[in-house]
Amino acid sequence: MAIQHTITIKAGGSEKDYWKDLWLNRQLLWILSKRDISVRYKQTLLGVAWSVLRPLATMIVMVFVFSYVAKLKSDPGVPYPLMVLCGITIWTFFSNTFQQISNSILLNSNLVSKVYFPRLLMPLSSVAVGFVDFLVTFGIFLVMTIFFKHPISWTIVFLPCFILLTFITSLGFGLFFAALNVRFRDIGQLIPFLVQVGMYLCPVAYSSREVNNTWYEKYYNLNPLVGIIDGFRWCLLGDKAYFNPQSLYSTAIISFVILILSLIYFRKKENTFVDHI
Amino acid sequence: MPVITAENISKKYIIDHQRKGGSPSLRDVVSESMNKLFSRKQESPDFAEKEEFWALRDVNFSIEQGDRIGIVGHNGAGKSTLLKILSRITEPTTGEIRIEGRIASLLEVGTGFHPELTGRENIFLNGAILGMSKSEIKQSFDAIVDFAGVEKFLDTPVKRYSSGMYVRLGFAIAAHLNPEILIVDEVLAVGDTEFQKKCLGKMRDVSESGRTLLFVSHNLTAIQALCNKSFYFEKGRLIDQGDTTHIVTNYLSKVSHKSLEKHWDSIESAPGNDQVRVKRFKLFPEYQDELNHIDVRTPINFQFEFWNLVEGANLNLSMHLYTFTGECIFNVGTQSETFAKGLVRGVCEIPGHFLNDGSYVVSMMIVKDTSTVLYNMEEALVFDIEDYRENVTWYGKWPGYIRPQLNFSIRQTEHVVND
Repeated sequence: MAIQHTITIKAGGSEKDYWKDLWLNRQLLWILSKRDISVRYKQTLLGVAWSVLRPLATMIVMVFVFSYVAKLKSDPGVPYPLMVLCGITIWTFFSNTFQQISNSILLNSNLVSKVYFPRLLMPLSSVAVGFVDFLVTFGIFLVMTIFFKHPISWTIVFLPCFILLTFITSLGFGLFFAALNVRFRDIGQLIPFLVQVGMYLCPVAYSSREVNNTWYEKYYNLNPLVGIIDGFRWCLLGDKAYFNPQSLYSTAIISFVILILSLIYFRKKENTFVDHI
Repeated sequence: MPVITAENISKKYIIDHQRKGGSPSLRDVVSESMNKLFSRKQESPDFAEKEEFWALRDVNFSIEQGDRIGIVGHNGAGKSTLLKILSRITEPTTGEIRIEGRIASLLEVGTGFHPELTGRENIFLNGAILGMSKSEIKQSFDAIVDFAGVEKFLDTPVKRYSSGMYVRLGFAIAAHLNPEILIVDEVLAVGDTEFQKKCLGKMRDVSESGRTLLFVSHNLTAIQALCNKSFYFEKGRLIDQGDTTHIVTNYLSKVSHKSLEKHWDSIESAPGNDQVRVKRFKLFPEYQDELNHIDVRTPINFQFEFWNLVEGANLNLSMHLYTFTGECIFNVGTQSETFAKGLVRGVCEIPGHFLNDGSYVVSMMIVKDTSTVLYNMEEALVFDIEDYRENVTWYGKWPGYIRPQLNFSIRQTEHVVND
């Protein structure tokens, strides 16, 4: 070992080299992600089937409830099932990663109390499973576009930007809850509820066109998911899908601010995780 | 040059007596702050329940390269907290530690093993968690598998491993970390004798190659075999450090005379359960001289009293005597008898001229129907036996666990006549 390592341990001492440590541990990030993915697909025989069945079943129910019972209108020129599936794809990605990040510290509590590494690795690695699930759902979506003979728009080139934005948003919300979850265990009960309510506040089953020119539109646009879901649809279905670029600006700004605040909170609480586990 | 320098290390915990151990729920915190908000005048009753606890207090030391440090102390003396701070799992409240060199700590065997993953996958996972790079793991992969002896089960999920295999694999990975400083906590408490020997051998290799070792164990024999220096912790303070033999002797002498009697006045506070509760466990030595200390001549009477709370229970007592390092010397049991509700007393006498000098630990079990252990009072009493010799001019340590006076005599059987 030619490299001379010097560590100084003191109260608040891990601050200085935190980001360097995080970078040095990037292999661990990869290995933890791989662990989560292989465990998920090993445990359940139906592993892959589940990630296909769930969004498909949700779509069928939503199409039935919102289109036939509630008679919600689709954007003109876009088949309603496709619009819903598109919304579900990106919403599921967000909600899965959000929940996984929120629970990441508690799920890895055996590691927290026995080894040191930057704790940020756990929420970061927990995203992997959500991303694999997303790829599966996305595959279903592509099959459905062929089924409905709806051409994929050229705007698909912007897709990575929206995926990144979703990731930033879920990390922003998730980190805050991950740290809070360690301290207050009943937060764990709250998270699924938030996700459920969140889905109705977001344009998953309906189009944001319905909200256009209402008095509450400006409040509605404060929800960072609105810009993401609308933008994602615009990406895949083209200009026929309703997309107000205005909402994207607020999404970007709000998501970044939330991420930074959450990061500060997480970093502040990180060193005391072990005392509460 | 010291590889580890610690200055004024302290670690404070806040103990919340009301919520023993569990995390507070959000509800607790909200209702507490509501209470405070609306009843400013009177202090919230919860407030008094909180207590500061110093797990470590003003600890200073420095460790040179190649030192093999044993850390001794009772449970709760701060040993584990120190290791946690050195491993960066938790931060000290005050003070500073400087560490020169790559440090690896083994606080648990098989940290992060996932039961669903195979042995092979877990080697890479655990190695990465302990801080090895992928290429390092690949390099020592065969050695790890060989050391653990799990070749045949490499592609079996570790949930199907026997506990022995699990522990062997875990230790094998850690043993191939090759750090400059290795921290080991109580891992020897698990695994069979053969494996323990292997572990001790590996740790000796580590220390002989000039690397630094910090080792916590209750097994004083292992510490004496492995460590050249030792730290003695008591109530969070480092009260003595130096040569291992000196520290171990000092440690053993401090534990003597500590507990010749334990008693509880009320059933409510007594240890036990809804069937039996312990009232008293007392040791009556029949002192042989005015000095009132127990030596190898002293007969010792044990008296054990407990409340039987179940009418017609069929009970017996079983007593174990251990050396201080944990080897069992003997186990004796009473006859089983049926008892009415009320106090039950058991007495036992260990004759004089039976045990060797040393420190001993007694534990007492209350057994129901000769098969079910109702209550096991572990390390119930601790006592020391001093040496005593008559007409002997040899002062070395008398060997053996026991020192019985047997009929052993010599006499002249033949005279050689000189002419």
